[in-house]
Amino acid sequence: MPRNPQLNQHGELQHLLSIEGLPQDVVIHILDTARSFLPVSEREIKKVPLLRGKSVFNLFFEPSTRTRTTFEIAAKRLSADVVNLNIATSSQTKGESLIDTVANLAAMHADMFVVRHASSGAPYLIARHLTSDIHVVNAGDGRHAHPTQALLDVFAIRHYKGEFSNLKIAIVGDILHSRVARSEIHALTTLGVPEVRVVGPRTLMPAQVEKLGVRVFHDMATGLKDVDVVMMLRLQNERMNGALLPSAQEFFKSYGLTEERLAVAASNAIVMHPGPMNRGVEIDSAVADGSQSVILPQVTFGIAVRMAVMAILAGGG
Amino acid sequence: MNLRIANGLLVDPVAGTEHKADLFVAGETIVDEGAIPAGFRVDRVIDATGKVVCPGLVDLSARLREPGFEYRATLESELAAAVAGGVTTLACPPDTEPPLDEPGLVEMLKRRAASLRLAHVHPIGALTQGLRGERLTEMAELTEAGCVAFSQDDRPFADLTVLWRSLQYATTFGFPVWLRPEDPGLAAGGVAHDGEVATRLGLAGIPAVAETIAIAAILLLARETGARVHLCRLSTTEGVEMVRKARADGLPVTCDVSAHHIHLSEMDIGYFDAHCRLSPPLRSLRDREALVRGLADGTIDAICSDHTPIDDDGKQLPFGEAEPGATGLELLLPLALKWGAEANLPLARILERVTSGPARLLNLPAPSLAPGAAADLCVFDRDAWWRVEPSALKSQGKNTPFTGYELQGRVCATLVGGRLVYESPPPPDRKP
Repeated sequence: MPRNPQLNQHGELQHLLSIEGLPQDVVIHILDTARSFLPVSEREIKKVPLLRGKSVFNLFFEPSTRTRTTFEIAAKRLSADVVNLNIATSSQTKGESLIDTVANLAAMHADMFVVRHASSGAPYLIARHLTSDIHVVNAGDGRHAHPTQALLDVFAIRHYKGEFSNLKIAIVGDILHSRVARSEIHALTTLGVPEVRVVGPRTLMPAQVEKLGVRVFHDMATGLKDVDVVMMLRLQNERMNGALLPSAQEFFKSYGLTEERLAVAASNAIVMHPGPMNRGVEIDSAVADGSQSVILPQVTFGIAVRMAVMAILAGGG
Repeated sequence: MNLRIANGLLVDPVAGTEHKADLFVAGETIVDEGAIPAGFRVDRVIDATGKVVCPGLVDLSARLREPGFEYRATLESELAAAVAGGVTTLACPPDTEPPLDEPGLVEMLKRRAASLRLAHVHPIGALTQGLRGERLTEMAELTEAGCVAFSQDDRPFADLTVLWRSLQYATTFGFPVWLRPEDPGLAAGGVAHDGEVATRLGLAGIPAVAETIAIAAILLLARETGARVHLCRLSTTEGVEMVRKARADGLPVTCDVSAHHIHLSEMDIGYFDAHCRLSPPLRSLRDREALVRGLADGTIDAICSDHTPIDDDGKQLPFGEAEPGATGLELLLPLALKWGAEANLPLARILERVTSGPARLLNLPAPSLAPGAAADLCVFDRDAWWRVEPSALKSQGKNTPFTGYELQGRVCATLVGGRLVYESPPPPDRKP
């Protein structure tokens, strides 16, 4: 198998494509760096000059407002120039190939591409066709990975729980289609969380998911028992009625996070969600807005974590 | 032209024998071996010292891309690739554009192929019109035009009734039916084996049951109709077991496997290598082992190249968007030898799976080195290592997961009907 394409020959981060295969010290370094960036966003002048004169291209082959915005804010707070391209609506529809699109943008002297694509592995293909002075950040590819989301999630866990080595964590919902779940699993196992659980119906579990190092549960009562962190996943609308699930209501009835269900978790358990939430489908409003929810702080941490990733890749951090 | 193929190791896959001797070819046929026949005037000597001389390879599945996809490959390029790989006879699937569903198309293809005087081409006709899986083709007419069997290729049947009726109809006239077992619904949207690697990489899966359910349906209907069914490109442990059992029960079912699937598994996808996007998908290591064993014990009759030339536009894409398939004609021999060496089999038995085994499935005379046999021959150096460099392949398709592999077994010369149609350039350090 070829060398891990996201590390250079010195073992340093060249691209951020997936959490899988990242050494633990690289993950910890990103989290430490992110912590140092948290105060930047609270200052009156919310900028540091680490990426001054660098160009960051947001290449979104799939529509996204939230993720693209947080990357844009993070890049601007590092003083980079940011170009947003929604390629879903431009050259791809004119038949230009992915490789040609990227080659053209690289010729404009981009320093970094932030890539969101509907096909698993697309950022790897892009990274393979770039020279080593251009960095790629995967902002979500198909069902495969969403590494910055997972990094902000473990940042939040570290913030509230301190360390990882004594935690039980449950990831709940549509594991099959979730790039967030895959990246979270890798991040948690890399950081040494001793028990990572996945909870959901059999129709939403990928084949041999236990090989990723997780315990599989099909009901909330046992799946959430004594956990320290509950990580909910978004259920996409198109999965709600069909051969995978009968209805959103029935999903909520079996797997929706309510206060009663949360009661079996540890009393100081925190509740997370990558957003955007379907209230009343995967999570009850009382929990989403309740005292154990850290869903809004996650968004704040997301800026700092994305700043850290970009600074480490392109700013010599 | 009278040829003397001097001093080679003659391997006869049917007799299972190997011995060192000269072989004499006159015109289109083999005339003798051993001592030079009385009155034989040698026009040309092919030095086969240290080389193997065997019947030319027979490939059950090589896409030549004509008609319709000439930008991908042409008969010229792919038949040159065939003979460079020691393949002297091949069957081509009907998935051209238009599909091979009319006698005129088949006749034209046969005529074009014959005019090139390279490998023999045996078209597989479309089982249904336009391969749409709804209405039967004129199989008798197509057979007259040169089709040797009928297939639906990778396309689905509208429903099982069409499969049932097509087996009944083909059986009426004794036409063989070749089917690649895959349930279209269970495979829908999938791009990789539904297992550990697809889960890790977030690729939509094709479960093993997509194959086994289709095999179960085909075997039940074959039993019902008495049809002679050949299953193309098995990929699963359970699939091999079902065929083994059906044969033990007396059903005349045959099957093949692609050269890729006996060497690669889902693990080879690595970091989304689109060259490993194949149809059927590369499956688990356990499945690969079952295919290797099934081939050794004779449950699987033949290895095919499943040759599918695809250009960069079709492969330089994210894994799931890339077209499935790989080039294979020039790799068939070394990949068969690699399988045989790993299974510790004698050379004649290895070669049986790429010569007489597939020839039997095409209802061709058993390939032989005996006097009177057609001089379709392959001379190869079984010890020579070579590195797979796509740019050096004759095929227009440079798409192979074996890029950079060191493989053993290099074709030195290929004869079709007594004509020397391929000769490898001699190594630079030796005089020609």
